[in-house]
Amino acid sequence: MTEPVLLSVEGVAVDLPTPRGNLRAVDHVDLTIGAGRTLGIVGESGCGKTMLSRAILQLLPKKAKLSGRVMFDGQDLVRLAPERLRKLRGRSLAVVFQDPMTSLNPVLTIGTQLVETLQEHLELDGNAAKRRSAELLAAVGIPAPEQRLAQYPHQLSGGMRQRVAIAIALSCEPKLLIADEPTTALDVTIQAQILDLLAREQRRRHMAMILITHDLGVVAGRTDEVAVMYAGRVVERAPTPALFKKMRMPYTEALLAAIPKIDAAPHTPLPAISGRPPDPTRPIQGCSFSPRCRYAAGQCHREKPLLAQAESVDHQFACFHPIQVAAGVRA
Amino acid sequence: MATLELSIDQDVAVSPIRRTRRLGPLFWAAIAWMSLVFAAAALASLLPFSPTDMDMLERRAPPSALHWLGNDGLGRDELARLIYGARISLTVGLCAPIIGITIGGALGMLAGYFRGRFETLVVGSMDVLLAFPPLILALAVTAYLGQSILNLTCILGVLGIPAFMRVARAATLTLARREFVIAAQALGATHARILLRELLPNVFLPLFAFFLLGVAVTIVVEGALSFLGLGVPPPISSWGSMIGEGRESLEIAPRLAFIPAVTMFLTVLSFNLVGDTLRALTDPRQGAL
Repeated sequence: MTEPVLLSVEGVAVDLPTPRGNLRAVDHVDLTIGAGRTLGIVGESGCGKTMLSRAILQLLPKKAKLSGRVMFDGQDLVRLAPERLRKLRGRSLAVVFQDPMTSLNPVLTIGTQLVETLQEHLELDGNAAKRRSAELLAAVGIPAPEQRLAQYPHQLSGGMRQRVAIAIALSCEPKLLIADEPTTALDVTIQAQILDLLAREQRRRHMAMILITHDLGVVAGRTDEVAVMYAGRVVERAPTPALFKKMRMPYTEALLAAIPKIDAAPHTPLPAISGRPPDPTRPIQGCSFSPRCRYAAGQCHREKPLLAQAESVDHQFACFHPIQVAAGVRA
Repeated sequence: MATLELSIDQDVAVSPIRRTRRLGPLFWAAIAWMSLVFAAAALASLLPFSPTDMDMLERRAPPSALHWLGNDGLGRDELARLIYGARISLTVGLCAPIIGITIGGALGMLAGYFRGRFETLVVGSMDVLLAFPPLILALAVTAYLGQSILNLTCILGVLGIPAFMRVARAATLTLARREFVIAAQALGATHARILLRELLPNVFLPLFAFFLLGVAVTIVVEGALSFLGLGVPPPISSWGSMIGEGRESLEIAPRLAFIPAVTMFLTVLSFNLVGDTLRALTDPRQGAL
């Protein structure tokens, strides 16, 4: 990586108090992302992906406790004054949420929502903001943008709404875009369009992007680096090609195996990962994946493996019994 | 994964279809009645007859060319009293809920958005206000501060605050967790902006529907209070006090109580009808999933 580091997450942990005890949603995560690079964060539901993205944005629920540092552009977001943080959000840091049905205000027109963001951060006057809104809508592939500006979110389809949400996120040319499962709520044909749109805009604007997903297939061709999360921890991290060529963590392998193959015979059972993720309110001894891991041995149940380096500097994983054979992968 | 590019025919998307909205004759009848009442109330002082001039020889006179709706128990023109009464009923009926929607709505939104101790305090004090018997409060205030339209409006306004607060808070609570609020925060919006630009337009719809209901209820309550002698001081007329006065001659001239009662009924019904229709029409969420 030759680009300067834009965002570095250092030892971030998020604790949520629940009636059943303390829930550790994110457990000492370290990540870095360079300017203009893309990082994929992959993991199943409840593994802390969303909490990590909220921690970066400082938008955690009020009761959540955050420790560690989030360095963005030389400033620690955790300790930044609220007013400066507010100015940074939207302007340099933007986010696209999972569900475009709820991430747009239902009673304001699309134009209002775009124009207000532009006026807030770029101090454009009404007409300029309106022109730019139409340009943005056109850039995200919405036909007849001028007419769309006067419409309400419910008049648009899910894919269209997600395009609008992306347009709003891109409106102030952010340096970092966090896309939190941007395609989960959309149907498969739209998914590819939205992901390609994100990738295209990311390259064009030279912004860094964190793509959060549960689908390894999504990050395959679209990210520079991948971090696999399990039970709040990063369990494997590598440049995307290296990861798909030689994954070391059994969880990564299991995740990949769980993607349905389009050329599989009908009625082939889906190789799901057996068991469930551990209860985050009761931390388990040893590797958190050990109860579900088919390679687990005695040591796995006693000690927690640390993120260690593999063959190359960039490839890290947390496992005592990494997979030795190269997994054959079609991405 | 293969790339699928969107290729929508430009012409198709140019003119998004607008749904034609049907209002129905009932809505227009309600609007017509409300316009009539408002116009009469606004132009009352231009009328050639006075609501307080008494003609003792014409007590409870039946309708005639001079007095279209006849005279009341003290020989005053019934129509004039009805029209001047509309002024009072509408002023109180509109102003009291405005007090309620402003204070109650603001408190409810702040409580629902910021939560915490502020919410506990607001909800607690509203519960106290709700537990206080409204009639006793009205009696106490009128006894202490005297009977006037202003006092009556304030009492009814304050009594309406808890209900508006609850509606606003409930709506805010569900909305504040929706993603668009987090999205607005992520875009760097201030609390004030989120409350005024993101939440208020959403909360306003249920609040406004409740406001129109509040107008209807207040007109009735004002009538009840005036009927009990706690309303506007005589000789000013309001619909409620007219019903109260008409009660004394119910056997001889029942119209003296029925005419203002029917007027009130029609007005309240119109407010409810218009309120429901407007809410159904202006709610863009109806098309949402």
